[in-house]
Amino acid sequence: MRLTVNNQPIEIDADPDMPLLWALRDLAGIKGPKFGCGIAACGACTVLVDGAPVRSCSLPVGAVDGDVTTIEGLPEGNTLHVVQQAWLEMQVPQCGYCQAGQIMSAVALLEEVDEPSDADIDDAMSGNLCRCGTYPKIRAAIKQAAELKTKLGA
Amino acid sequence: MASIGKIARRTFLVGAAAIAGGVAVGYYFYRQPWPNPLEGETAEGEATFNPFVKIASDNTVTIIVPRAEMGQGVTTTLAAMVAEELDLELDAIKVEHGPASGAYFNSAMMEEGGPFPQFDHSMVAETMRSVSSAIGRTLGLQVTGGSSSTRDAYEKMRHAGCAARMLLVEAAAKEWQVPANSLTTAGGKVEHAGSGRSKTYGELAVAAASIDPPSEITLRPKSEWKLLGKPQKRTDLLAKVTGAPIYGVDIDLPDMLYGTVRMSPRFWAKIKSADTSAAEKMPGVVKIVRLETQTGDGFGVIAENTWAAFNAAEAIEAEWGDSDYPADSAGISKKLQDALAGPDGSSLRDDGDVDTEFADAPADNVLDVAYEVPYLAHACMEPMNATARLKDGVLDIWAPNQAPTIIQQVCGGVLGLEGENVNVHTTYLGGGFGRRGEVDFSIYAALMAKETGGRPVKVTWSREEDTRHDTYRPAAAGHFRARLGSDGLPQAVDMRIATPSVLQSVMRRTFPSLSPAGPERLLTEGAFDQPYTIPNYRVTGVPTDLSIPVGFWRSVGNSFNGFFHESFMDEIATKGGIDPVELRRKLMADYPTALKVVETVAQMSSWSESAGAGRAKGIAFTLSFGGWVGEVVQVAQTNDGIRIEKVWIAADLGEVLDPAIVEAQLISGAVYGLSSAMSQEITFADGAVEQSNFHDYDAMRIHQAPEFEVTLLENAPQMGGAGEIGTPPSVPALANAVYALTGKRIRNMPLSKEVSFA
Ligand code: FES
Ligand code: FES
Repeated sequence: MRLTVNNQPIEIDADPDMPLLWALRDLAGIKGPKFGCGIAACGACTVLVDGAPVRSCSLPVGAVDGDVTTIEGLPEGNTLHVVQQAWLEMQVPQCGYCQAGQIMSAVALLEEVDEPSDADIDDAMSGNLCRCGTYPKIRAAIKQAAELKTKLGA
Repeated sequence: MASIGKIARRTFLVGAAAIAGGVAVGYYFYRQPWPNPLEGETAEGEATFNPFVKIASDNTVTIIVPRAEMGQGVTTTLAAMVAEELDLELDAIKVEHGPASGAYFNSAMMEEGGPFPQFDHSMVAETMRSVSSAIGRTLGLQVTGGSSSTRDAYEKMRHAGCAARMLLVEAAAKEWQVPANSLTTAGGKVEHAGSGRSKTYGELAVAAASIDPPSEITLRPKSEWKLLGKPQKRTDLLAKVTGAPIYGVDIDLPDMLYGTVRMSPRFWAKIKSADTSAAEKMPGVVKIVRLETQTGDGFGVIAENTWAAFNAAEAIEAEWGDSDYPADSAGISKKLQDALAGPDGSSLRDDGDVDTEFADAPADNVLDVAYEVPYLAHACMEPMNATARLKDGVLDIWAPNQAPTIIQQVCGGVLGLEGENVNVHTTYLGGGFGRRGEVDFSIYAALMAKETGGRPVKVTWSREEDTRHDTYRPAAAGHFRARLGSDGLPQAVDMRIATPSVLQSVMRRTFPSLSPAGPERLLTEGAFDQPYTIPNYRVTGVPTDLSIPVGFWRSVGNSFNGFFHESFMDEIATKGGIDPVELRRKLMADYPTALKVVETVAQMSSWSESAGAGRAKGIAFTLSFGGWVGEVVQVAQTNDGIRIEKVWIAADLGEVLDPAIVEAQLISGAVYGLSSAMSQEITFADGAVEQSNFHDYDAMRIHQAPEFEVTLLENAPQMGGAGEIGTPPSVPALANAVYALTGKRIRNMPLSKEVSFA
């Protein structure tokens, strides 16, 4: 089976029913997407498929019909994505386990909306659980990333 | 305090110190230093000075932070202690967790494990603290818990940095034949201003490490600190925003197999009959093994990938024995109520004469109420897991864990190996909250590694398994009475709290042959040890015999006793017609640190002003882990339900080494508590936990998260911990706000039983 992950073609030998999450983690060695619940209830496994946020734990790998982006695919060379930069600047993570998923959801949000309102953030991010309670910093970092993005004209 | 004399006359082992199981602690043994575990582990040209510092010839300085990083920032704050003394910036060092070793014992956690309030400095209390600290050292308990990492490391790790710097200077002084006091250190170099000579730490390391360590150490005065006391950029965040494989679940070893477990849904029940044949035939399954352990009975599934293991685990058909505790929540509640009504219990606080006060109390002046809270799961974001390899008689375990030396000892015991043949590698933790101080996940992986012919196996639990096999925050029931005087103030307060013993439960799983003794502070901490003066004041803990596994859940006993105590204070204020802040001002007059915290949070939240129509505020205070914390929660009625709008926190934990990290911990602790108060409960049916995943055991989401405002005070005489103290007052502050908003006094958690949240 062939997938395109982070612009690279990868070849894996997977049961088509296997969730994309496990195909990435156990078969392709791509560990950025995390396992949290397996039922699309926590967002830790969020990846982008053709730019849209998807819970990879609940998408059979055989049903993937687009290019997959994981957090490993966000930086351009040595430059972190603006969302990652904002996350660092605001010192968002605590344990960090949910953050790859949070960042992927935020990236997708900022592709849709240039200046997200609090309500936009609530809508886009409420599927991403954080047990460490980093929500106030996530909110601030998304706004910071939006500003950074406008500044860079990206 | 009246009760201390009585307690001191009894023989007992204290709190967590009971793990000693009666070991006599001789002065000689206590004085024996632990060997440096880094000796013999250093690379070519690398030198080690003490268990905390390694310097390589290329000038790489590695600081060992032997505590679990679970988000609380230890890899930053503890590293800063050493870096400060070594005159290095944080971005110039490498941080490692290091091996499991008794040299990394935690004595601060043991010190506050005794049955004394933190502000009790009587001789008995202080003596017990130093004995407990010595036990921690002697047993070499390397544990991250009790909000103790910073307190514990504060002297040790600054000493380690200072000693290393002195040796480096000494080595340069010898080589250049100049007096040591003519040399300075900066940017990883020793410099001689007189001659312009300089050498890097790396160039001096080997020579320096051969010099005897200094006997006199003078730490940098606070006025010269460059790192400590100021917010630092955390050392662990780049890895965390790039999705680096730093957690237990990310371990990847050559030739590795994958696995999971399926344990009996009824705790301690054995398998009656089972059929694994269908599961064994499923694609990708390598082997299914029986697990009969001190933490539970069930199966381990070994497979070629995690998904195959999960599927096979589900396909196992098994019949399990009955539970030895009541099979449903109603029965469990009855057990707590029976214990409450029975004669047992011990009172860690018993001031005045409570019985006489209530004997002649006019009924109108008496408040008599009952409270109850449910079991709670930790629900760490990263499900329990461990990876194990047993090869050539050596067991290696990679696990996100809070207690590496205990894992070493217990897993060694289970496989019949000596401790030196067990290596524990501690990864980053995707949440801990007390859950990862347990040994179950490591035991299962170790046993499964016996079945793979030397191949490593990574054993990941499903979320369902994690939720249903937690070591829960215990359920608890309370019966509270107060007699109010004519001034509306409480003249007598009697609190009786029934709950299963966390300590006994932990011991049964961890060291089944030992049993704890003596009164246990965990039953009533958060209620018996609060800075209130009430002339007749009794707090009694009743250990309740329920064998459902319970454990250390962020803030432990404080998590429910804080709710009991502070909601009850709110009830007293209401009945006495006194403002809740005013009530605390009066009752806390003897404790200036507490008073200042309450006044600060009242001011921050404009307490005396109304919150406006459809809004209300609630306040609560808890002293726990040396942190004096007041929180005010503001709620609003919306069309979708109650919304938590804003939380103000004032906290005094004495000296603060990194204000940004402490603030983040306080907010994190409050979100954890508020999540539990809003909707969480673990219930039982047919002897098993009913909840299974985040759809029925959810936590606060971003759209529910309030704004936070935090003020840190530094009046407390001793340094407190930060990791847990935000949790206890958040629960009653919310309950009290809900009362102020709706008039509903909710005494049974969670609040969602009676109100709904937006
Ligand atoms: S693991 Fe996919 S949403 Fe939780
Ligand atoms: S940072 Fe720990 S779960 Fe979000």
